[in-house]
Amino acid sequence: MQTGTTNEPLVRFTGVQKTYDGETLVVKDLNLNIQKGEFVTLLGPSGSGKTTCLMMLAGFEVPTSGDIFLGEQRLNTLPPHKRNIGMVFQNYALFPHMTVEENLFYPLKTRKVPKAEARAKVDKILQTIQLESFAKRRPSQLSGGQQQRVALARALVFEPQLVLMDEPLGALDKQLREHMQLEIKHLHENLGLTVVFVTHDQSEALTMSDRVAVFNDGKIQQIDTPQALYEYPANSFVAQFIGENNTLMGKVNALDGDFCSVSFGDGLGTRASRIQALSAGSPTRLSIRPERIRLNGSSEGLPNRFKAKLHEFIYLGDHLRLRCELAGNDQFYVKVPVSELCPSLSVGDFIDIGWRDEDVRALDAS
Amino acid sequence: MTSITANHTATDNQPIAGLKAQLRRAERMKKIKAMLLVAPLALFLVIAFVMPISSMLWRSIDNTEVGSVMPQTAAAILDWDGQGIPDEAVFAAFAQELRESRAGGGLGRIGRRLNYEDPTFRSLLTQTLRGLPATTEVTWTEELIGINARWNETSTWLAVQRTAPTVTDRYLLAALDLERAEAGQIAKVAENQRLYVQVFKRTLVIAGGVTLICLFLGFPLAYLLATLPTSKSNLLLICVLLPFWTSLLVRTAAWIVLLQSGGLVNSGLMWTGIIDAPIQLVFNRIGVFFAMVHVLLPFMILPLYSVMKSVPSTYQRAAISLGAHPFAAFWQVYVPQTLSGIAAGTILVFIMALGYYITPALVGGPSDQMVSYYVAYYTNTTNNWGMAAALGALLLIVTLLLYMVYHKLVNQKQLVRS
Repeated sequence: MQTGTTNEPLVRFTGVQKTYDGETLVVKDLNLNIQKGEFVTLLGPSGSGKTTCLMMLAGFEVPTSGDIFLGEQRLNTLPPHKRNIGMVFQNYALFPHMTVEENLFYPLKTRKVPKAEARAKVDKILQTIQLESFAKRRPSQLSGGQQQRVALARALVFEPQLVLMDEPLGALDKQLREHMQLEIKHLHENLGLTVVFVTHDQSEALTMSDRVAVFNDGKIQQIDTPQALYEYPANSFVAQFIGENNTLMGKVNALDGDFCSVSFGDGLGTRASRIQALSAGSPTRLSIRPERIRLNGSSEGLPNRFKAKLHEFIYLGDHLRLRCELAGNDQFYVKVPVSELCPSLSVGDFIDIGWRDEDVRALDAS
Repeated sequence: MTSITANHTATDNQPIAGLKAQLRRAERMKKIKAMLLVAPLALFLVIAFVMPISSMLWRSIDNTEVGSVMPQTAAAILDWDGQGIPDEAVFAAFAQELRESRAGGGLGRIGRRLNYEDPTFRSLLTQTLRGLPATTEVTWTEELIGINARWNETSTWLAVQRTAPTVTDRYLLAALDLERAEAGQIAKVAENQRLYVQVFKRTLVIAGGVTLICLFLGFPLAYLLATLPTSKSNLLLICVLLPFWTSLLVRTAAWIVLLQSGGLVNSGLMWTGIIDAPIQLVFNRIGVFFAMVHVLLPFMILPLYSVMKSVPSTYQRAAISLGAHPFAAFWQVYVPQTLSGIAAGTILVFIMALGYYITPALVGGPSDQMVSYYVAYYTNTTNNWGMAAALGALLLIVTLLLYMVYHKLVNQKQLVRS
């Protein structure tokens, strides 16, 4: 336990680079601090370097340059079995020839924990995951969710300083996955764990994390709280990767503090909140969430109003998505609650849409 | 209330009973098809496996030679109490049937059988046959004793009596270096005639040794094969299978060429100065091990490889992340998961090694011959099918017993895989 060092991060990546073939960098100049007790998710498409980062932290990959610290200790040369980091693997990796209990005893045995003490720890963790009656079963006799919980328990039973999870919910079906997401989140809160979680599922990342690091192309594009990430994406990759997003290509006309005016399409223009270091005359990509667009009557009085052609209704139960065409982009979606839709609308109609200045973001054009 | 529930179950059950019949009808065609597909193999197994093996097992206790040629003598002598000599009826039947046995090769059969009891019996029979009078109006007891005084000895008739029942345990006992003493109790044969217990032990030692060497050589190689990228492992796998492309005989002969005192290995060792004079590597136990391991190694590698390929490397990683030293992780987590492969490989190699005949016969010395050598000797050279069958049957029993023990041991380790 570290005392009085609440500001000192538990995990520090400083200038970490990784290459497998000596030509392309899989991880580029990574700097990341993780506080004690934090739940940090590494999110990104496959090949973005997130799993490599996790493996470097676990010790199964060695950084090509840069340092990784766990507390005071430099991890680079420490072999994985001495790191005292718990890890949950993608397919659980429960030892099939051992019972649930033997699986849980394994990390305690390797640490030569006295028998009675180990027994108490295993019983306690079995109670935590509510699988006391399954102690003598083999992993193959458990359901996917139960195996998942045992894998979790095995990574926690030796009370590691840090728990790593490598897409642990990928093999579960949707309902069970959502249930386990909450269960892991509650374990994290109740036990005060520090968790580094890897996933490519953005909704999973948003649900569970204190902070999410969005990876692409070996770099962290943005690291922030889920809400900030969704509402204020820092660049167009993050805006597109997280949640649904409408994009319009445009040109910055003038800057105005935190805002700017952008012209797009055929002589259309809007004000937008300015994110990047944009200058007047530079191209930009406008980003608007479908649920931030107001329709017909409710768009009255908004500073930015346009006419869009309605192409398609997509019914999703609790809401409708309207596919519209605006400024040549026919993949422009508007999300409307079913109850708010005017029944007289039909395909081919022109509808009024509008948005507030702060709901549209002018991002980099790439 | 009860009547309603009872009604319910009755109405619910009726359609189910009908359903079952429907299901049976629907599945019948499938069943017939499946049986037809299995039929050729089943027929082949019965003809090529079940029948020869059972006939061989029967031959190890078969004692019908004398009974079939001399049915009356056999029946009569079984009633004899074994004291003094049998009565006139036995003598009469014996003389009568001995005369008749000349036709149809019966004499040869009983001669061979009686010779196992006493190697001078065949000449005694031919001499007696020559001396038999033409008439039947004689006292056969006197006549036979007149031809040869041995017919007046109890031991001669005891030997005949032993060949009379339809089954005998003499071959099985002999295959264990045991025999029936005069009084009928089981006793060990004279020390200078003991052989087979030693041979069985030798067979088990050689087969066990070969199996262990194969396991130690094969396990790392199979591990390498399973962990290499596919393109490389395929190439290596072809190298493992390469020996199958050559005949067993050629490979064994090649070992003689390599290992003999003027062979490649010895001259190589002498050239490097490790040894001064050629060492004996062939026509002894070393040669047998070399050649047998070489032939049997693929049978160890293939089952190991197929099991190892299905064990993902994440298990070892998981063990390491839980604090186990990489070597401990390998031993505690990886090896137990390959147990079914180890079991399959060792049992395959061991059972094949038990029956090895050509290789030890060619590259082994006289003291390296295994049970199969003696089986071949009795079938090909002395035509003693009883002994050959008894040795084979005992080998089969030993193998089955070992297999049962092994099965139990391996099962205790529980090869449950997810």
